[in-house]
Amino acid sequence: MYDLIVIGGGPAGLAAAHAAWEKGVRKILILERDRELGGILNQCIHNGFGVKTFGEALSGPEYAARFEELVENTGIEVKTDTMVLDVDPDRNVYAVNPTDGYVTYSAKAVILAMGCRERTRGAISIPGSRPAGVFSAGTAQRYMNIDGFMVGKRVVILGSGDIGLIMARRLTLEGAKVLACVEIMPVSSGLRANIARCLEDFGIPLLLSHTVTEIRGDRRVTGVTVQKVDDKMAPIPGTEQYFDCDTLLLSVGLLPENELTKKAGIDLDPRTRGAYVFENRETETEGIFACGNVLHVHDLVDYVSEEAKFAGEAAAEYIANGERPRDSFSVTTSGGVTYTVPQKIRKDSGMKLINVYLRVNRKVKKGDIVVASAEKEIARYHKENLAPGEMITVGLPSVLLPVNSGSDTLNVSLEEIAQ
Amino acid sequence: MYDVVIIGCGVTGAAAAYELARYDLRIAILEAENDVATGSSKANSAILHAGYDPAPGTLMARLNVEGNEMAFRIAEKLHVPVERCGSLVVAFDENDEKHIEELYRRGVENGVPDMRIITGEEARQLEPNLSEEVRAALLAESAGIINPWDYTLAMAEVAVKNGAELFLNTKVTAIEKGEHFTIRSSKGEKFETRYVINAAGVNSDIISELVGEREFSVKPTAGEYFLLDKSEGGRVSRVIFQCPNELGKGVLVSKTVHGNLIVGPNAVETNRGDTSTTRDGLAYVQRTALRSVPSIQFRENIRNFAGIRANTEFDEFIIGESKSAKGFLNLAGIKSPGLTAAAAIGKYAGELLRQMGLSMTEKESFDDTREVVRFKELSDEEKNELIKKDPAYGRVICRCETVTEGEIVAALHSVIPARSVNGVKRRCNAGMGRCQGGFCSPRVCRIIARELGIDETEVLEEKEGSNILYSRLKEV
Amino acid sequence: MREMTCLECPRGCQLTINEETLEVTGNNCPKGEDFARAEITNPVRVLTTTAVIESETESMLPVRTKDPIPKKSMSAAMKAIKNIRVKAPVEVGDIIVEDLVGTGVPLIATKRVLK
Repeated sequence: MYDLIVIGGGPAGLAAAHAAWEKGVRKILILERDRELGGILNQCIHNGFGVKTFGEALSGPEYAARFEELVENTGIEVKTDTMVLDVDPDRNVYAVNPTDGYVTYSAKAVILAMGCRERTRGAISIPGSRPAGVFSAGTAQRYMNIDGFMVGKRVVILGSGDIGLIMARRLTLEGAKVLACVEIMPVSSGLRANIARCLEDFGIPLLLSHTVTEIRGDRRVTGVTVQKVDDKMAPIPGTEQYFDCDTLLLSVGLLPENELTKKAGIDLDPRTRGAYVFENRETETEGIFACGNVLHVHDLVDYVSEEAKFAGEAAAEYIANGERPRDSFSVTTSGGVTYTVPQKIRKDSGMKLINVYLRVNRKVKKGDIVVASAEKEIARYHKENLAPGEMITVGLPSVLLPVNSGSDTLNVSLEEIAQ
Repeated sequence: MYDVVIIGCGVTGAAAAYELARYDLRIAILEAENDVATGSSKANSAILHAGYDPAPGTLMARLNVEGNEMAFRIAEKLHVPVERCGSLVVAFDENDEKHIEELYRRGVENGVPDMRIITGEEARQLEPNLSEEVRAALLAESAGIINPWDYTLAMAEVAVKNGAELFLNTKVTAIEKGEHFTIRSSKGEKFETRYVINAAGVNSDIISELVGEREFSVKPTAGEYFLLDKSEGGRVSRVIFQCPNELGKGVLVSKTVHGNLIVGPNAVETNRGDTSTTRDGLAYVQRTALRSVPSIQFRENIRNFAGIRANTEFDEFIIGESKSAKGFLNLAGIKSPGLTAAAAIGKYAGELLRQMGLSMTEKESFDDTREVVRFKELSDEEKNELIKKDPAYGRVICRCETVTEGEIVAALHSVIPARSVNGVKRRCNAGMGRCQGGFCSPRVCRIIARELGIDETEVLEEKEGSNILYSRLKEV
Repeated sequence: MREMTCLECPRGCQLTINEETLEVTGNNCPKGEDFARAEITNPVRVLTTTAVIESETESMLPVRTKDPIPKKSMSAAMKAIKNIRVKAPVEVGDIIVEDLVGTGVPLIATKRVLK
C-alpha cells in the first residue's frame, strides 16, 4: 500500500510527487510509461522553459532535469517502462511492465498526470488521399529530436499552435523548406514570441483564415491544396493554392488524455476535456487529484509545475487529514471567459490563496477579470494583451469568498476596457 | 508447374486459396501489393449481410446466405473478431416501408433466417439512439460485423500453412495460353500453371482481358467513410441501414468489432486505385447518417477512408470459366455482399475447377487452425505468465489499443509477416486507436527496423514507396 | 519606427523602436529595451538543436548555445554541429564546443546521457 501514486512522470507528475514529499508524504510511487522521466519535455529541445520558475530560459530536457534531480534526492520510488491500464475509484492502479508483469498497486491518494495527446487528421477530417508524410507535429518532433530522422524536405504546417511553430523553425534549421504555416482561425493560437522567432525570423508565411482542403499523393504526400475560409470557417471556392510538398505537419490542438480518468468514473468538463476539480485540484472522486495537461492544456510548463505543486500538497494534506467538507461554490463563466480551473471552490478550503486558471475567447488589449457572486463583485484583476492562446492566472484570497452570502456560485467574467 | 495460380489476395482470393489448400494441389497466390487485403478487403463496411438484398435466384443471393453462415464458422475457428449483432433497415416514409416489405419477401425467398418487420417504437427500444422519424424497420438477426482484413489474413495464413505459396509485390503483366498458362510478373518472374483464378478485384477486368475477349468492365465506385472513436462505439448495437433512394444507396451506421463506430458509405464514380475522400462526399455521408442516428458526435472522428466497389455492367457476381480461355476461372465483379459471400465463393470456385477438369483429392491432414495472442483479452494470470515467458509482452507500445511489443514482434514473424506500419496495424491493432499512431508510430517504426534488419528510413507506412522518414539527421 | 515582439520571455511584449533615436516603447521591463536595440543592430538568438551522440541509449544529444549568438552565424553553427560526434557520458551543461564558429559562445549539452 502506497500513500500516493502519481500516474505520469512528466513535468506535472514530477512536481506533484516532489511537492507531496516536501509535505512529509513518504511512500510515493511514480509510474511512467516511457523508458525515462521527463515526458514530452525530452523532445522539446528548444529553449524558453522555466522563465517564471527559475528565471532562466531553459530547454525542455534541462527543465525536466531540474525536477528529476529534485525527485532523485528523495525516497520517491519510480517505475519507468510501466503502462497504467486501469484506475478504479478505490484508488487501485493496474499497471504492466516487462519486469514486474501485470500488477495492482493501491494508494491512499492518486494524482493523475498523464498529459495530453495531439488531435489528428481524422479529428478535422481533411479530405484527400492517405499517403505517408502526414504527421502530427509532436510525432515529427519525436522522430527528429529523439530518434534523429528528417521527416521531409518540403513541408506545409497546418495549425499555428506552439508545437507547429517550433517545428517550422526546427525543420528549417535542419535544411527543410517550410512553405507555409496555415491557420484556419483569424488569429494564431501560438505564443506571440514563437510567431516572431520561429516564422518571422525565417520568412515563413503565416496564412491566417486558411486551411488545407485536400491532401494528394498515392504513396508519399506530393502536395496539398490550401484555401481561404470564410467567417464560418468554410473554404471559399476560387481561393485554392497548391503547394508542392512531401510532408504535412498537423498542429491542430491538444486533447487531455483522460481515458484512465473515465475508467475511474470521473466526470469530464466538456470545455477543458479534463476532470472537474476543486480548488486543490481534487477530482469529484475522493482522493484522486489531477494536474497538468491532463486537467486542461497549458501553454507554459511553468504553470504545469505550479499547478502540480498545488495538487501534490493537497494530496499530502488529504493523506494526513482526510477529505475536507465539500460545501463549495460552483464557478461559472461569462463575457468571453471560456473556462476556469478549478470549477469548484470549497467554502472552507484551508488555503489562503485560491489559484484560478482561465482562458478567454478573443484577443483583448486591456481588460479586467471580474469575480462576482450573486451580482456582487468580489475581486477585479487588470490584465493586458489577453489572447485565447495564453492562459491567465488570478490569485483569489479566500477571505474574499462570500461564504455566508447564501450563494453557491462564483462567476468569472471578462470586461473589455475600450481604448 | 502449379495446379492453380490465384491472382489477387483480397478476401476472394484468400477464400479460394483457403478452400483449395485442402486438396493435394500446388497453389500459388500472386498479390500485386506488399500485403494481403490492401484493396477493397480492408476498406469496406465490415458487415456480414443477412442476404435479403440480392434478387432471388441470383448467385449473389445464394452465396450471400451461404457465405454468412460460413464466415461466422470460419471466423470463430480462426480467431477472427466477429459478432452476430443483427441489422435494421429503417424506413422513414411509406415508400421505405414498401421497400422493407419487399426486402423481407426477398429474404424469405433467399432463405434468410430470423427476420421480422418491427415498428418504429420497437426499433427504438432495440436502438434508443435511433431517430424519432423511423416508422418501421426490418430486423435481421443473422447479420453481423467482422474484421475484414483479419478474415482475409486468417484464410490466407491457413492456405500458406498448408502449402500454398504467396508471392507479394508480384503484379501480373502478361498471361500466355498454350498447353498451360504462363503468367509473367512485373518483376520478370514466370509462373506456369494448369488453372488460373482471377480474383483481382477492381482490376479483374484487366486481368481477364490478358487471356481473351472483354467479357465485362469494372466501373469502380468509391464509398467514403468515417471511423469514430470508441466513445461513440455504443451509439448503436446493430448495423443500421437506410433504404436506397433517389440520392443513392443509403448510408449505414454500425459499431465495429473493435468497438468503434463506422459511418458510410456514399457512392461516387472514381478511377481505379483512387481511394481519396472528398469534402462533399464526407459531408453527404455525415448528413445522411444523422437522419438515422441524430446524436452521432462527428467530432469524435478518428479517421476517414474510402473503399472501391468492383461494380460491373452486371448486377451479379461474375463467376465462371472465361469464354475465351479454358481453365481460366473469373471470380470477378465481387462487390457487396462480396465480403459476406467470400467463403462461399471460395468453396464454389473449388466445385467449378473440379467441373473444369481439375482433379482434386483431399490432403491427409489439413491444419485448419491459427494462433493469435491478443494481450488485452487475456486474464490477469495469463498476462503474467506470458510476460514471464517473454518480457516484451509487458511493454505496451500502443497505449490507445493496449498492444504490446510482443504482439508487434509476433506480427513481424507470423505466417504472412507484416512488412509495413499499416501491416502491423492490421495484424495487432497498434496505431488503430484514437491517437492514430501519434504516440506509437515512432516506436513501431523502430521495432520494424530492428526485426526486419533494415534501416528506419526504409520502413514503409503502407505500400512500396510510402517511406515514413526521409533521411538520418546530421548525415555527413 | 519598427515594431517587433520581444523574445526575452514568453510574455511577448509588442515593442516599438525609433530607429534614429533608439527610443523603445511597449516594453514592460528593461530587458525589452535592450532586446529592441539589439534587434536593429545585431539581432541575436539562442540556437537549440541536436548533435549525434555515441551512446547505448540515445541517438541524439540536445544542445544549445550557452548565450545568444548573432542570427547571421546560425547557418554556420548548424553546419559545424552537423560534424560533431559526442561520446557518452555527458551531463547537463557540459561544454561540447568552447567557441562555436567564432562567436565566443560555447555550445552546451542540455541532457544527461549516462552511457
